[in-house]
Amino acid sequence: MNVLIRSTSLILGLTLAGAAAACGGESAAPGTAAPAATAVTNPVDPATAGTITGSVKLDGKPPAAATINLSSDDYCAQQGPKTTRAFVVDGDGLQNVFVYVKDGLGNLKFPVPTTPVVLDQKGCWYEPRVSGIQVGQPFNIVNSDETLHNIHALPMNNREFNRGQRLKGEKYTTVFTTPEVMVPFKCDVHKWMNAWIGVLPHPFYAVSGAGGSFELKGLPPGTYTVEAWHEKLGTQTQMVTIGAKESKPITFTFKV
Amino acid sequence: MRHFFASLVAASTAVLIFAGGLVTSTESGLSVPDWPTTYGYSMFTFPLSKMVGGIRYEHTHRLIASTVGFLIVMLAIWLWRTEPRAWVRRLGYIALGAVITQGVLGGITVLFFLPDPISIAHASLAQIVFSLTMTIAVVTSPGWMRAYSTHGPAPDDRRLQRIAIVTAAVVYVQIIVGATMRHTGAGLAIPDFPLAFGQLIPPQWDEKIAIHFAHRIGALIASVCVLATTAHVFYHHRGRRELVRPSILLLVLVATQLTLGALTVLSHKDVLINSLHVVTGGCVLATSVVLALRAHRARFAAASIAGSTGAGSTEQDPAYTVGVPSRGHA
Repeated sequence: MNVLIRSTSLILGLTLAGAAAACGGESAAPGTAAPAATAVTNPVDPATAGTITGSVKLDGKPPAAATINLSSDDYCAQQGPKTTRAFVVDGDGLQNVFVYVKDGLGNLKFPVPTTPVVLDQKGCWYEPRVSGIQVGQPFNIVNSDETLHNIHALPMNNREFNRGQRLKGEKYTTVFTTPEVMVPFKCDVHKWMNAWIGVLPHPFYAVSGAGGSFELKGLPPGTYTVEAWHEKLGTQTQMVTIGAKESKPITFTFKV
Repeated sequence: MRHFFASLVAASTAVLIFAGGLVTSTESGLSVPDWPTTYGYSMFTFPLSKMVGGIRYEHTHRLIASTVGFLIVMLAIWLWRTEPRAWVRRLGYIALGAVITQGVLGGITVLFFLPDPISIAHASLAQIVFSLTMTIAVVTSPGWMRAYSTHGPAPDDRRLQRIAIVTAAVVYVQIIVGATMRHTGAGLAIPDFPLAFGQLIPPQWDEKIAIHFAHRIGALIASVCVLATTAHVFYHHRGRRELVRPSILLLVLVATQLTLGALTVLSHKDVLINSLHVVTGGCVLATSVVLALRAHRARFAAASIAGSTGAGSTEQDPAYTVGVPSRGHA
């Protein structure tokens, strides 16, 4: 029987030692205070700034939207039927594509806006589903629903966090410290709720809207790598050169 | 009465493992982001009306875990107050320590966003807690107390003891590999069954495929061990009900477990099938532990007799005067 006791203790000890040894290196959730905007002179001369305009097209027929089972939360069910939102198509335009300047800005630094970017939980959806933000810019997560949500950010380069919001009107403010395209969000309570945010060191990003159109304004003349990201279809890049005051149209076409 | 209560605790632990399996299968582990509170509420005052979506699985798991924890506290106190055998009392303390640690591991894994090592340790320790409560149920049973002497002295079959121990150990290792596969997202790394990418050996390898394949090979090894142990029992001890019954149960459970494992892959990890696979694995381990314990019953008696007559031992257990140690097969 002593052997039994010793064996059990050994197994317990090994299990816990393994867990403890592997537990290090985790980081705490990010702070809640939003820092003031960094005072950096805007390197863009408005007199010469150009624009990249364009649209994102979808070539092919997107998968049919599937009906979401809302039976796990009566409140969500009362908000009306829901279908999956991975493909939001307007004509042949594809919406919710994050378009941004990936390369070409060199070492230019840009002022950080103090206006927060808001991610709202409304009607048991994230609004907006896709958005962008600058490093250091305040990021507000709001619950507009009369049900509980958890906001679980799953970044690779920034700090992971998971916050609960049980009351309507609750707000959580944080900032991202490192550029990262894209940071996914999910609600573990409501599995269909997903959102993505692109974190950049500059303000040259957009999300395709009606007709798949987008616009990147105020760019200094130069040659840029522009990337388009879609949650299911991946990324595409294009090289674009714009001159002073020039408006250059480009088109991304994703195939399904 | 203690045996009945210990059996109840063991059964409730199995229910808890199933509930934990549901949490992982539904990916609800982080639907309650705080611990030990639930969305700021005390665990026990969290309104039922707010148990929506994934919270239902996670919070229910926490409530069942608290209940099981309370039951194990009661069991440990009961053993401490009434159990004459010191080693059984110690088992109660170890079970108590294990279930407390298990609760803390569950909390840590939530607070640190389900790190694989902690989640795997949480899953693996759960099976230890289950086996401990089952062990206490066995050693407090009337059959154990009379050394299963209805059909003669309990056999002291060293070969059976060895293979029964090896079987329990192999099953536990297989459970750890399974937990690793589950928590690293390797459950469908090999998408077909019984072949692997249409071949006996996977034609391509990565970490997840290796873990998944190791679990399949582990299932094969564990099944062979179970077959060897039960065949030994049926051949050498067919008159010993205390050995034959868990052997039959073990065979049924292993067949069920293999079927559930295959269906888990073929159903693309159906929530119910996947969770049943977890709890059935626990039952295979617990049953193999029961068989190993009963196979060792005569040695417990021998040790007790030797201990009661040897220097330094104060344990007097009249229940242990029945066994007749021998090295031959019964």
